[in-house]
Amino acid sequence: MTPDVLSHTPLHDAHCARGARMAPFAGWLLPIYYSSIIEEHLHTRAAATLFDTCHMGQFLLKGPNAARDLDRLLTCNITSLPVGRCRYGLLLNDRGTVLDDSITYRLSHNEFMIVVNAATTQRDARWIAAHCSSGTSFEDISPITAKFDLQGPLAADILQPHLSEPLNSLTYFSFLRATLHGVDVLISRTGYTGEYGFELYVAAPFAIPVWNLLLEDPRLKPAGLGARDTLRLECALPLYGHELTEDRSPAFANLDFAISAEKDFIGKNALDQARSDPSQPRLCGLSFPTRQSPRAGHPVLHNGSTCGVITSASFAPSLGHAIALAYLDPACASCGTHVQVSSGRALLDAVVCPLPFYQHGTARRPTVTPTS
Amino acid sequence: MHVPEELWYTKEHEWVRFEGGGRARMGITDHAQHELGDITYVDLPGVGKQVTQGAELMVIESVKAASDVYAPVSGTVGEVNTALADAPELINKDPYGGGWLCVLSGVDEGEKARLLSAAEYRALLERQ
Repeated sequence: MTPDVLSHTPLHDAHCARGARMAPFAGWLLPIYYSSIIEEHLHTRAAATLFDTCHMGQFLLKGPNAARDLDRLLTCNITSLPVGRCRYGLLLNDRGTVLDDSITYRLSHNEFMIVVNAATTQRDARWIAAHCSSGTSFEDISPITAKFDLQGPLAADILQPHLSEPLNSLTYFSFLRATLHGVDVLISRTGYTGEYGFELYVAAPFAIPVWNLLLEDPRLKPAGLGARDTLRLECALPLYGHELTEDRSPAFANLDFAISAEKDFIGKNALDQARSDPSQPRLCGLSFPTRQSPRAGHPVLHNGSTCGVITSASFAPSLGHAIALAYLDPACASCGTHVQVSSGRALLDAVVCPLPFYQHGTARRPTVTPTS
Repeated sequence: MHVPEELWYTKEHEWVRFEGGGRARMGITDHAQHELGDITYVDLPGVGKQVTQGAELMVIESVKAASDVYAPVSGTVGEVNTALADAPELINKDPYGGGWLCVLSGVDEGEKARLLSAAEYRALLERQ
């Protein structure tokens, strides 16, 4: 489905003013890059970059049964989630395949924010609202919420001087509320690059002033969706529509950490069945000896027979060669297995390799700021 | 966009420089490299490969896409820019110089009739 009219984020004019290359993504017109995908990628790993992620969806759920409703909807455990922390989880359908992946924030005992992908926001809203109990209120706050990702080892040094609260206490997958020059902001220690960093939520009218204020720091550069994709791929973070889809079980997508064994949820029976099926394809990493990259959808061959399919692939700027994620038959899924990828023009040699591809991400390191 | 006066161009955004002795050096234009973004890999043709004008000559990959490059004139691949194997970004940095792709030999300058002059190529870019 391609909408006739592309939505603009609250930052659209700021991107155009900076000369961004804009392109359609999930119904939105978004910056693909400002200077160069590779430069923005490397600057994220070495310093810090700022991404417009306003296209993503946010929902508020409130009520005494909201945690129980979310426990039914999500694969991760929400009842056990402390206030001030967030958790990654999957929304499954009854067939045990993936409607979306999401992060749920526990704002207070009975209040949650769920952050979902842009392309699936409206479908998720209908699905979640339909599965809430009568005492749970559901609100789609996406249109009034702006979101930025500030990612990279210098993220805290850049953000701290603007904030009312110290970032020191912010551990991986926790969040706090603060003011940024008087603007209310929710800040979580999360991201999609594998680097130390934050996701920031502010009311949409403050998007442009906050964006421009942060970018006054010469160490910080804006980055587009191109670098966001190569960064997440190097760290083997799944992308909905590629590694996770409605056509596949997430049984062997390396997401066991996001699937609770202690509770029931929609799709659990089908997921358990898939997990006990030894013939299910496994999500694997492929490393290529050269810069030449296959594309999503290309078949993977082992001894001349098809044994899988590429879901994401790119030249990896931090590694200097091409990499890919692929679903492979279990017989070919062991590290060290030599395979080939048919790109339509050429057969590319590849080897099944450990994940993540890039092993030096700073995402989990402790916060150290000038004030700590 | 930079469009050097002394070169000839195709509608598919290749450039060609006739060097005399039946030799022609070719590459992609400043406009083409800008459209592709960061170039990550060039699938250079083998030396000795024979091509006719307009035929597929090689593939250039950028972070986001793979694009065909066509032979601006007929000839035999006599030389390829091996520096591109380790530094394909030369095409982005210097598309008419260090980012050249290959030299075709045995070319017929009469094929200029089906190429664009710098003025014609500039006019094409303005219409896009």
